[in-house]
This record gives sequence, structure tokens and C-alpha cells, in this order.
Amino acid sequence: MLAYSLRRLLVAIPTILLLIVACFFLMHFAPGGPFTSERPLPPAVLANIEARYGLDQPLWKQLWDYLYNIVVHFDFGPSFKFKDRDVNDIIAQGFPISLTYGSLSFLAATTVGVSLGIAAAIKHNSWIDYFAVGLGIAAQALPNFIMGPILILTFTLWLGLLPGGGWNGGQWQYLIMPVIALATSYMGSIARITRSSMLEVLNSNFIRTARAKGLPTRTVIWRHALKPTLLPVVSYLGPVFVYVLTGSVFVDIYFSTGGLGQAYVGSALSRDYAVLLGVTILYGALTVVVNLLTDLAYAWFDPKIRY
Amino acid sequence: MNKYIRTSLAGLLTTTMITGAAFAAGTHPDTGEALADDQTFIYRLGDEHSSVDPQVVEDTYGAEITRDLFEGLMNQDEDGNLVPGVATEYTTNDTKDVYTFTLRDNAKWSNGDPVTAGDFVYAWKRAVDPELSSPYAWFMELMSIENAAEIIAGNKPIDELGVKAIDDHTLEVTLSAPLPYFPQMTTHSTTFPAPQKVIEEHGDAWTRPENIVSNGAYIWTEHLPQERSVRERNEMYWDNENTILDKVVTLVINDENVALTRYLAGELDRTEVPAGQFPRMSQEHPDQAISFPRLCNYYYTFNLTEDGPEAFKDPNVRQALSLAVDREIITEKVMAGGQPQAYTFAPEATAGFTVPEVEMASMTQPERDELAKELLAGAGYGPDNPLSFEMVYNTNEDHKKVAVALSQMWKQKLGVSVELANMEWKVFLEERGNQNFDLARGAWCGDYNEASTFLDLLQSQSGYNDGKYNNARVDELLAEAKTSDNPAPLYTEVERIIAQETPVIPIYHYAGVYMMDTDVGNWPINNVEQNWYSKNLYKRAE
Repeated sequence: MLAYSLRRLLVAIPTILLLIVACFFLMHFAPGGPFTSERPLPPAVLANIEARYGLDQPLWKQLWDYLYNIVVHFDFGPSFKFKDRDVNDIIAQGFPISLTYGSLSFLAATTVGVSLGIAAAIKHNSWIDYFAVGLGIAAQALPNFIMGPILILTFTLWLGLLPGGGWNGGQWQYLIMPVIALATSYMGSIARITRSSMLEVLNSNFIRTARAKGLPTRTVIWRHALKPTLLPVVSYLGPVFVYVLTGSVFVDIYFSTGGLGQAYVGSALSRDYAVLLGVTILYGALTVVVNLLTDLAYAWFDPKIRY
Repeated sequence: MNKYIRTSLAGLLTTTMITGAAFAAGTHPDTGEALADDQTFIYRLGDEHSSVDPQVVEDTYGAEITRDLFEGLMNQDEDGNLVPGVATEYTTNDTKDVYTFTLRDNAKWSNGDPVTAGDFVYAWKRAVDPELSSPYAWFMELMSIENAAEIIAGNKPIDELGVKAIDDHTLEVTLSAPLPYFPQMTTHSTTFPAPQKVIEEHGDAWTRPENIVSNGAYIWTEHLPQERSVRERNEMYWDNENTILDKVVTLVINDENVALTRYLAGELDRTEVPAGQFPRMSQEHPDQAISFPRLCNYYYTFNLTEDGPEAFKDPNVRQALSLAVDREIITEKVMAGGQPQAYTFAPEATAGFTVPEVEMASMTQPERDELAKELLAGAGYGPDNPLSFEMVYNTNEDHKKVAVALSQMWKQKLGVSVELANMEWKVFLEERGNQNFDLARGAWCGDYNEASTFLDLLQSQSGYNDGKYNNARVDELLAEAKTSDNPAPLYTEVERIIAQETPVIPIYHYAGVYMMDTDVGNWPINNVEQNWYSKNLYKRAE
């Protein structure tokens, strides 16, 4: 398994390099540059700025310098928009925030979703099942950009219970709404996948055997049915984990959390090349690592899979 | 105020309240109003500010913060008039190309060092330094400071900039051309002093709260990018004892509807009102919804280059399109925030600017429509030969609403078929700047309160003249206005020519449309540039 993991990580290097090169060129081919502004800069000023950031160099040279600085100095370059911060600062400030509420959302979506799905499958066709399915569908139909306004209007404006945004060092009051907004629709999907997977497993031969030999239901469910049930859930969770961290752009903007999503969108709009690339690389690397972890998790859930 | 915000703020309050205590418990020295114990002002920023480095900052949000942290030679009062800042007075020679400022001797940096003329010399040289490559270096050129343009281009050494310290309290500025409104320009953040020692010690990181030294009424105490920032009373400020507000907090809230909700929940003292919501807000909260004219215009510009549409080369076609725009519908129904209708390019609110009697302004809309039809028919466009073109605007809900309204007016009244196209901001700027358009949206906010900041856009060589309008008489008048003691009649004539030739369609002039807590005192609604200073504000007791 160690050899497999190492092999996967080695393959990740060219993957990420390819990502960098593709992004680099796409970015530079997009019309407008970091210093395109409503007040076009006089040529002399523009030339000075471009010289300062090396943007007057040929593209291949810029790419080479960029890669060199990452590999040798782990320096992702300066921000063109925020003079007193570089990309490393911006990621160091925003990523922990995204990671915190992203992980919490992931945890909430998984625990609630899986429990709901299992309960629904065990009590198939009972009111619990109907309730869980109804809730799952409703939740799935509520993407974060619908949940956000509903939550703010309810908890901030009408009830006055929670602050309408901000982060404040991650105090719990500031976490609740972003986590709920982000987790809800994933929770719905997880519940539905778990339910149908569990129903399938409960109808399979090895469960019938387990029941036939007189095992109590609890043992059947926990020891025999749970692991195979979770296999499809895990393959769904891998990408979801990356989504909750990267797809949190809306939550960042809506709840003003100061997370990386705001910096990401902002950098794309302002053509802040280095910030945009830096965050893309981070998200790319994260995807590679999470995919690897997901694959490794399969082996634990399904003994038939070996690396 | 929301209780969670309040608790978290209470934790952050520091000893800086000591001098404020005299006011906190008492009443306003001029108005006699009871003052709130907590003199904290919280407002929304629509986006993270670019910087608080005076020579680097390029956005309005950053400039507002910078204006609190630093103080330049002159300030503006509530009505936009010049009042002394670090300089107590200035004199100029007969030809108005040398200005001498006398600096007050009690101005200090937040570390206790005196503010000297040398700090201004350093800052102004810094602004034109090719190595700093300030995005606002052009402002020094606009100020006509001797050799600024050559230094920016790298053709002269920085030391030749026309600014020198005669002694610690006397600053002399030499201009390359006479400029009557030069002192007005010293209220701009690019001209604020900079602390040389601190900048040399910390480099680009000098503006972080832990490093910064500033000379304004406030110091920068906390900055969480994309989230919040705090500035607090500067004990070293020369006029600290007359400063009432102790603390100013900004919260970054990108979405203006969320910001409005959070304002209504009591988390903010000030926020912008989204387009179209002003009527409802002023009905529900008449004492909090405010609207006042701003120094910005909103227009559409014709592409007048060779590659532009053939039809637009005919002034009658351009005028017909302008006439058919029912500006009342745009300002009353679409924007609905108290924006003034525009028939001239420069806003009426501009200082020293008299709106000329433009014929179109005095007509009724049916009269305008009638004339528009005649003009267009005369130009050879009608049902058999319909006029059609594309109009572009940058992606934004408000701009879209205006564009849709305009295209419908032209279609219904004149049978013109218009294709709408929206573009992301940077793409839009590039396309418009390269004249790849038929009709494009434009908007401009004055850099200083004088009509030339707007009318210069229509000067043939201006880099901002995206439609490439070229009229020798306009150029001549604008050049003359630069050095004239009384430029108003010249501007009036420029506007008359513009009204006749219609290189642009002025739609409306901007209004500042805010929700403002009734506790906030002295908000300068008459300052059309909205150059506000926290030191002049206060919070009334509830």
C-alpha cells in the first residue's frame, strides 16, 4: 500500500505541473490584465509596474521564474492587487478559515446524512423512511445560495440570534450559518445514497445468511451491513470534501467569512495572476491527495480491494 | 446593535478611550447633543480595499481609510471647502506656478516624531518613483508638478521633482504650468506624507498594523483581510482633543443585499442601498434612508472612429438617440434612488460649474421624442432602412436594467433595433479601450471637484476618451480653462458644443444612497466628492 501511495503521489507531480501550465496560459490569454483599469495608466507608469512584477518578460520566462520560485523557495509570488501581502500570506490567512467551516460542514453532512439514510433503510416504508426521504430531497433542493438568504433572514433579521456574517476568529456563533448553508444539500445527497445502498445490502445473500444464523439485528447492521453500505458513500464523499473546501465561494462571499473563496473569485476578476494560480494549485493538490485517501479508504471498506 | 458584535467589540476596546472620555460622558461642544458612551462607527466595505499606503492606494474604500490614517496639506470640510490640514496656509506667485505651504509646528506622527516638509517631499518623490511604480503616479502629472512626467517615464532623476523643503515647516512646489485649483488637489491621498524611516525599515509590509506609523487622526490597529479592519484614535494627532469618534470599524460584505439585511439587524451604522430599494427603505425607515448628489456621471459613448458604425458619424442620429431617452423613467423607476437626470456631461453638483441652458433639458419628453423621430428620418433611417447597432455594458444587474430600458425606448419610439451585450469588467475595459464597440457604457467619478475632471474626458488626446471624439474647439477651450482664473464660461461653452454634437448620451448623475443610523452625527452629505473624515463625525446617545 505504501508503494502504491508513493506511486500515486509521483504521478501527481506531472498532473499538477500540467495544471499550472494550463492555468498560466489560460489566464494570460484572458482579455485584460491586472493593471487594466478604468483610468488607463500612462504607458510609462504601466511599463514601470510591469517591470516591477516581471510581466515585461516573455511568457515562457515568466512561467519558468514562477515554477523556479515555487520549487526552490516555496514562494508563490506577490499579489498584484494587495501590495503588503504575497500569495503565501493570502493563503495562510484564508485557507484555515475555509478548512475550518468546510471540515465542519463535511462532518455535519456526513454524520447526519449517513444516520438518516441508515434509519430510513432499516425502517423501510415506515414514517421514519418517508420523513428521511422527504428531508433528503428537500435538503438536496436547497443549494447554499438559497440556504444563505433564508438563514440570514431568519436567524439574523427576524430572530436576532446570530450575527449575519464575519468570522471573528471562528467563534461558534459565526460558524453556525455557514456550516448549515454549506452542509445541507450534501447532507441530502448522502442520506439518499446511504439509504439506497443500505437497502440493497440488506437484501443481499450474506445478510440473509447472517440473519439465518440467528444474529441479533444490531450485529447484522453494524458488523455486516454497514461497511459495504458505505462503499458508494465514500466514493461520493471524496469529491464532496474537495467541493466543500473549494465550492465554498458563495458561502465566503455571502457570510463574509474571509475564507479563500473570496480571494479566489476576487483574484480572477482582478486578474491577480499569482493569487489565482496559487489558489488553483492548492485546490489541485488537495484534489489529488483526497482522491488518494478515498482510494485507500476503499481497501478498508471492501476487503476484496487490495493495493 | 447586535449583542454578539457588541460583546466582541467590547473586548477590543483599548485604553485609547481615555481622552475620548471627556466627550463620551458629555455633550457635543457645538451642537450640545448628548453623545453616546460608545463612540464607534461601523460601516460596510463592498470589497477588500487595495492598500492604505497613501502613494499606492487606488480604490475609494482604501482612500477613505487612508484619509483617516494620514493627513495631507489641506482637508475638506463638510461642504467640500478647503480647510487647513497639516498646512495652515499657502501662498502663490502671480503666475500661479509656485505654491508655498506653511506647515503647522504641532503636527506629529503616531510615534511622536514631528511631521516636516521633508516628509511631504519624500512622499511626493515616492509617488513618481518608477521603482515604486504607483498606479496613481499619473495624479502627480495631473497636478502639473515640474518634471513629474519625465521622472515617471524614467527620463529624469527623481531629485528633479519640483518640490522642496525650504525648512521643516515650509514646502515649496513648482509647477510646469499654472494651475489655479492646485490646492484642491492636495486633499487627495496620493499627496499625503509618508514616514521614510518606517518604509525603509519594513518595505512593502510597512502598512501592516504592527508596523505602520501615520499622522492622521486615527491609527491602524487591526486588519483581517476580506473580513474587517479597525482604526482607533491617534493620541499624537494635533487636533486629538477635538476628535470625538474613538474607533472606526469596517466590515467587508460583498453582497449589498446581505449588507442591507445586516444593517437592518443593527450590525452596521452605514451601508449602501441596492438600486430600486430606496423607495421601500425611505418609506419604512424615513429617518435612515438618505440620498444626495455625488460627483459622478453615467453615460453611453458613441464610437466615433473610422471603424465605428457609419450611422454614428451623423450628429443628428446621435442626438436623436439621446433625445429619445426618457431620463425620468431611468431615475424614477429603474434606479429610484434620487439620482439627478443628466443632460450635461459634468454633474450640476460640481463646484463652480453652472449647468448651461441645454435646449433638450427644457423640452418635454413628447417634444423630445417628436424631434428625435424627425432627426432620424432626416438622416435617412426609418422603417425601410432601420438603424441597428450593439450596445455594451459591464456585467452588473443595475447596468443591465438601464440598458434594457434604453433599448426598449429606442425600439418603441424610433424603431431602432439594439442588441445588448454584457462583458466582464476587465474584458469590457479592454474592448472599450480598443474601440471595439458601437455604443458603450461609461461612468466617471471626479478626481477633484472641478468640471475639468469630467470634461477632459472629451479632449481629443485624452486616454479616457474611448469614443475618440475630436473637436478642435473643445480642445482649445479646455486648454484655455486650465490656466484661466474664471473657467466657468469656458466649461459652459464646452457643454453647449457637447449637447449639440452629442458624442455621448448623459443618462444620470450618481447619488449617494445610504442607510445611515440616526445616531451618526455630521455625515457630510453636501460634500459631493464624499471626502469624509471620521474625526468630524460623532455618535449621539440613543
